Amino acid sequence: MRNRILLIFVLAAAIAVGPLAGAVLAQGGSIFIPLLVYRTGPYAPSGIPIANGFVDYFTLVNERDGGINGVKIAWEECETQYDTKQGVECYERLKGKSPVLVNPYSTGITYQLIPKAPVDKVVVFSMGYGMTAAADGRWFPWVFGFPTTYWSQASAVIRYIGTQEGGLDKLKGKKIAHIFHNSPYGKEANPTLEELARKYGFELTQLAVDHPGQEQKSTWLQVRRLNPDWIFMSGWGVMNQVAVKEAAAIGFKMDRFIGNWWSANDSDVVPAGDGAKGYKGATFHAPGSTFKVHAEVVKHVYDKGKGAGKKEAMGEPLYNRGLVNAMYAAEAIRTAMGKYGNKVLTAEQVRWGFENLNLTEGRLDQLGMKGFTHPVKVTCEDHEGNGPVLIQQWDGKKWTLVSDWVAPMRDVVRPKLEEAAVVEGKKLNYTMRENCAAEK
Amino acid sequence: MIYREAGQFKSTYASDQAIFPIVQDRWVVLALLAAAVVVPTALGSDYWLQAVLIPFLIYALAALGLNVLTGYAGQLSLGTGGFMAVGGYAAFKLATAFPGLNILAVFVLSGLVAAGVGLIFGIPSLRIKGFYLAVATLAAQFFLSWLFNKVAWFSNYAPSGTITAPARTVLGVMVTGPNATPGARYAVAIGVAIVFALLVKNLVRGRVGRAWMAIRDRDIAAEIIGVRPLRTKLLAFGISSFLCGIAGAEYVFLYLGSAETQAFDINLSFLVLFMVIIGGLGSVLGSFLGAAFIVMVPIFLANAPHALGLYMPVALQKQLELMVFGGLILFFLIVEPNGLARLWQITKEKLRLWPFPH
Repeated sequence: MRNRILLIFVLAAAIAVGPLAGAVLAQGGSIFIPLLVYRTGPYAPSGIPIANGFVDYFTLVNERDGGINGVKIAWEECETQYDTKQGVECYERLKGKSPVLVNPYSTGITYQLIPKAPVDKVVVFSMGYGMTAAADGRWFPWVFGFPTTYWSQASAVIRYIGTQEGGLDKLKGKKIAHIFHNSPYGKEANPTLEELARKYGFELTQLAVDHPGQEQKSTWLQVRRLNPDWIFMSGWGVMNQVAVKEAAAIGFKMDRFIGNWWSANDSDVVPAGDGAKGYKGATFHAPGSTFKVHAEVVKHVYDKGKGAGKKEAMGEPLYNRGLVNAMYAAEAIRTAMGKYGNKVLTAEQVRWGFENLNLTEGRLDQLGMKGFTHPVKVTCEDHEGNGPVLIQQWDGKKWTLVSDWVAPMRDVVRPKLEEAAVVEGKKLNYTMRENCAAEK
Repeated sequence: MIYREAGQFKSTYASDQAIFPIVQDRWVVLALLAAAVVVPTALGSDYWLQAVLIPFLIYALAALGLNVLTGYAGQLSLGTGGFMAVGGYAAFKLATAFPGLNILAVFVLSGLVAAGVGLIFGIPSLRIKGFYLAVATLAAQFFLSWLFNKVAWFSNYAPSGTITAPARTVLGVMVTGPNATPGARYAVAIGVAIVFALLVKNLVRGRVGRAWMAIRDRDIAAEIIGVRPLRTKLLAFGISSFLCGIAGAEYVFLYLGSAETQAFDINLSFLVLFMVIIGGLGSVLGSFLGAAFIVMVPIFLANAPHALGLYMPVALQKQLELMVFGGLILFFLIVEPNGLARLWQITKEKLRLWPFPH
């Protein structure tokens, strides 16, 4: 009995002291970037390659160049399991280390962090995800979504479908289904698709798949009944592979099944085997590991035994996504250093760097990413960059690009985006920055 | 030696029926309460308040609600997440529709809305019991989260379906929205928790609570001695959902800031049920202990390796955390099936004899 009481006290003490352990001091002399990752749980298939790409690029910068212009990058991973609550806990824990930017890697967590960003003075860099409306920098100065957004992506995919059908006017009467993860992430593209359906006269069916997406029989029964001409999917994690398998099982023409850029990774198609051949996906960077930057990663990271994952997994679309994301972050910090000097920067200075980032073709060449991704220019008004989209296709072994850069329909997307920015900004009692030109 | 009631004479019924009849208990509890209000508000770091204490208080309130239903009235429910969602969405709708309404009034009103919904889903409890009732309340869970996801009106037609807590003040201090300090949020959360813990404690000591326990222990016998099952059970459902609804409103407004239906999924229902079981069925203190266990132990386990200077991959750390946490739950359920509250009670009994147990 005495032991039991002792145990209770030990446990009570442990519970009381536990969270104290989270308060570790920030390292001096380096720029700190928290990484909210998910290497476990139902979204791990998507989360692991991204996290590896991220870490590998930062290791590369530290190993090869001794940091960004000589200032080392420090980072710390925190496991979120793609769960909003755990993500917020991670953010709060790592906030104490004065991060300059945060990559939430979940639209749900991004929504949580957007209101906190201006208060805590942390840049939220939701690259190609998060709240589309936040791409209007006049309303959301702390949030960046470049190189492109879900709405731009949806419009680019519709444009691609149009070209495949022989012109956007041929879309009239065609049936397009959108299968989406029933969460803020999956729903993001819906308003744009509805708008485009009205404009081009195609018949749009929205099919929701509930978290985590392992059960999709009823969805695919509906697809079979509907027999759509094209399917566009906004899926994530385990939902993708299930959908690809189901599509293969009902014999849907895979080259008319297009996933968005979060639904087209190796882990999404491999489980379906040969059935996945022909499946397409959107992306904003090339797949594969044939670029100069990959050789550099092998030389400076993997050959030194510092790689985050397996060398063979390099070049998966989501690994490259992590790489590109880390590159954007590093280049934004470099831009800020151009103005504020090569030292440990504050988040406010890094925010300026993001807002004035101009990644040219020439710079991409220097980074070993020529042809890997598109140049991007961020402005005060436009935090999206309105980047174009590529379509890649799975041939059973690897992804290959099957399209040129497809431009999004800015004339459709931008007015809607500005409209939504006003609504979302007002919800948070923001006011619009009028002096964009003056801030240059 | 110190914890002894010798010499404390009770000369009135009121003093005999006090919540803490022993003077030492009363002082300790009052001191703890004062410390709980003052210390974190004044000294707590943002991380402690926002990531640990506020969720703890909110979960404790939800666990208290479920404890009324499951612990006291014996009606097993898996609909907690659904009722919390009702509270959260009702608070959002009320706060955005009536911007002038005080946020505390919004919380209470959203609790009432949740109570109404709880009453409706409580009706089957008259006919079905035990595990079958758990399945029926599970239907509430799925139906409600489907409803809030499907009908855009509940989220004011936000394209993403996300609800965002607007900024509101209490006595001129910002308590919700992104600019509210964690200290202010915490003050509201602990105020609400204290008020409702006191309310429930008094309810369960009185006629209503005794009726609930009679129903729980043997419903036919209770009916024979004059307890009306329908009214009693529905009252339990109503009060339970009321508390869960307020917890849900706080969950959105004080803790998350913005939420979608995913935040109120079935895992939340299970989490709150585990809190009640681990803390102690039929115990107010147990609700708080259970919430503390479930909220704080994983955070402790996530931070412990770092504190010890062990740097391991996050995936391994997460898996270890899950294993150790699961092991601890099993351990406690084996050592003391009646929950942490019972352990506390045993400790107190020992303390009365200490240091001369014989």
